[in-house]
Amino acid sequence: MEEMIVAKGLTKVFNKSLVAVDHVDFSVKEGEIFGFLGPNGAGKTTTINMLITVLKPTEGNATVCGYDIKKQASDVRSSIGVVPQEYTADEDLTGLENILLCADLYGIPKSVAKNRANELFELVELTKFRDKRVETYSGGMRRRLELACGLVNRPKMLFLDEPTLGLDVQTRAATWGYIKQLKEEFGMTLFMTTHYLEEADHLCDRIAIIDHGKIIALDTPNTLKESLGGDIVTLTIEKKDADIASLIEKVPKVKEVKKQDNTYRIKVEKGEDTAPQVLNLLIEKGYKVTKLSLTKPTLDEVYLEFTGKTMREEEETQSGMSSKRIAMRRARHH
Amino acid sequence: MTSTNNNAKNPLHGLWALTNRELKKWYKEPIILFMSIVQPIIWMVLFGKAMDLGAMFTATDFPIPPGYNPMEQIFGTSDYFSYMAIGMLSFVVLFTAMFSGMSIVWDRRLGFLNKVLSTPVARGSIIFAKVFSAVVRSLVQGGIVLLVAFLLGLQLGPSFNILNILGVFAALFLVCIGLSSIFILIAIRSTRWETQMAVVNLLNLPLLFGSNALFSTKTMPDWLQTFAKINPISYVTDATRQLMLFQTNTNQLMLDFAFLAGFALIFSTIGLFLSWRYLTR
Repeated sequence: MEEMIVAKGLTKVFNKSLVAVDHVDFSVKEGEIFGFLGPNGAGKTTTINMLITVLKPTEGNATVCGYDIKKQASDVRSSIGVVPQEYTADEDLTGLENILLCADLYGIPKSVAKNRANELFELVELTKFRDKRVETYSGGMRRRLELACGLVNRPKMLFLDEPTLGLDVQTRAATWGYIKQLKEEFGMTLFMTTHYLEEADHLCDRIAIIDHGKIIALDTPNTLKESLGGDIVTLTIEKKDADIASLIEKVPKVKEVKKQDNTYRIKVEKGEDTAPQVLNLLIEKGYKVTKLSLTKPTLDEVYLEFTGKTMREEEETQSGMSSKRIAMRRARHH
Repeated sequence: MTSTNNNAKNPLHGLWALTNRELKKWYKEPIILFMSIVQPIIWMVLFGKAMDLGAMFTATDFPIPPGYNPMEQIFGTSDYFSYMAIGMLSFVVLFTAMFSGMSIVWDRRLGFLNKVLSTPVARGSIIFAKVFSAVVRSLVQGGIVLLVAFLLGLQLGPSFNILNILGVFAALFLVCIGLSSIFILIAIRSTRWETQMAVVNLLNLPLLFGSNALFSTKTMPDWLQTFAKINPISYVTDATRQLMLFQTNTNQLMLDFAFLAGFALIFSTIGLFLSWRYLTR
């Protein structure tokens, strides 16, 4: 598979001292949804802005769609689509005028642009509102318009910066639907940032967890979760005196068994496959299992494992670093 | 899905689209157009009509020797209203250029600028769209102000013919390119419109009063005269007065246009250069 993004030692330092992104290495394969997961201020947007050639890296480099982001910025820009975090559409213009303006910026001829605008309004379900001024749109409608703008040049690669930030549950689900559709129907490669764990888990093929400008873990959501030591199968058997720990340990992919009275906590890999095997073995040997549960670790626990903090704690302690955040936000807008 | 954009290599693509965006915001809101014209008109009516400087010599028993006309000597015309009404054309250009700088701050704050920067549009087009929309706006507004000045009693000079109007627009065109390039350059990295507003206010008063737009430079102290001599507002105002009010002095008019063309060329080139350098960090 072709690599759509290859980043090597990508670094951005603002004002000579504020390290927003710190020697980041990763690659994104064609056709996958790659997620950058981290708390606010971790360096996600700065990374995106370097990849879409809006910011210049201080150190390191990357290629996007095979083009060098420093030397072939213009080629990068023509081959990608960008859906920024903010609502960037011009409020004074209608939805259609905004799409046609975007099309013009990509140098798409008028006749082609009009047809494409129709398709895009259909895709994001805004056809009814295309001639309304954007200032009358709701937040969810504006997000969808941003998505349509980002798709106007039929990019091979789409960048989404916090695509569901501030959306209600329904609109978020709809946005997830569009994102999956882009990948599945059009084979598009997507790079997205998010600080919602369930979003990364639900959508992304691979995730990089980024904290204080560094990638601290990178893998598929499942592997990341399994790296915690796997799933927990808890089972209770009827007989109190029997010790079946050594028996269970012989089942492949069982890593650890802890006994407490007649309840066993079993750490396993791939719980949904292993639990039935354990169950079958016990039934075979004549034990009666009275209770069984399977707990899968969440990305929240993965995040805890790698950063030593939950994501919420991380965002709370950052209020103490608000001066750093303000400096970063200001620098980002420059 | 692949991108097939042959136009993306054209250095001017997107220029019209971005200019058109600015203009749409302007002509779709008649109130903005109205407000931008009403201010110079209020100046003309209140300042031009109330401060009838010529009346100081005619409506008093101030002894003036026969054959001696102090208004002519200082202002080059005995009609102060016509004198300052032409100055208002420069005023219109100055204020329009000022607001074009302001709009780039908003584009940055609202994220529109970042969005545009992520498209293959030429960086220079981003700056020049602002400049050209300011030019179109000031020419339209200048035209309307000129029309109102006629209705209020602007008196045309002896060398006026209808083609001179084209010259007036050419002068306004040149000075607007230079001025809006300057104001956009000031704003190019700014994220706070408050700062931009302060800078603009600081600049615009000296530019207006340190020129011949409202008053003759002849009676100004030397240091202010020196400033007025490098102030582009003086040159555009003199050029328009030469064309509309005075007995045209061709040499002086040529000098005015040469200065304005140089001014426009230098600052638009700097604008183009810095847009490459500073729009992206």
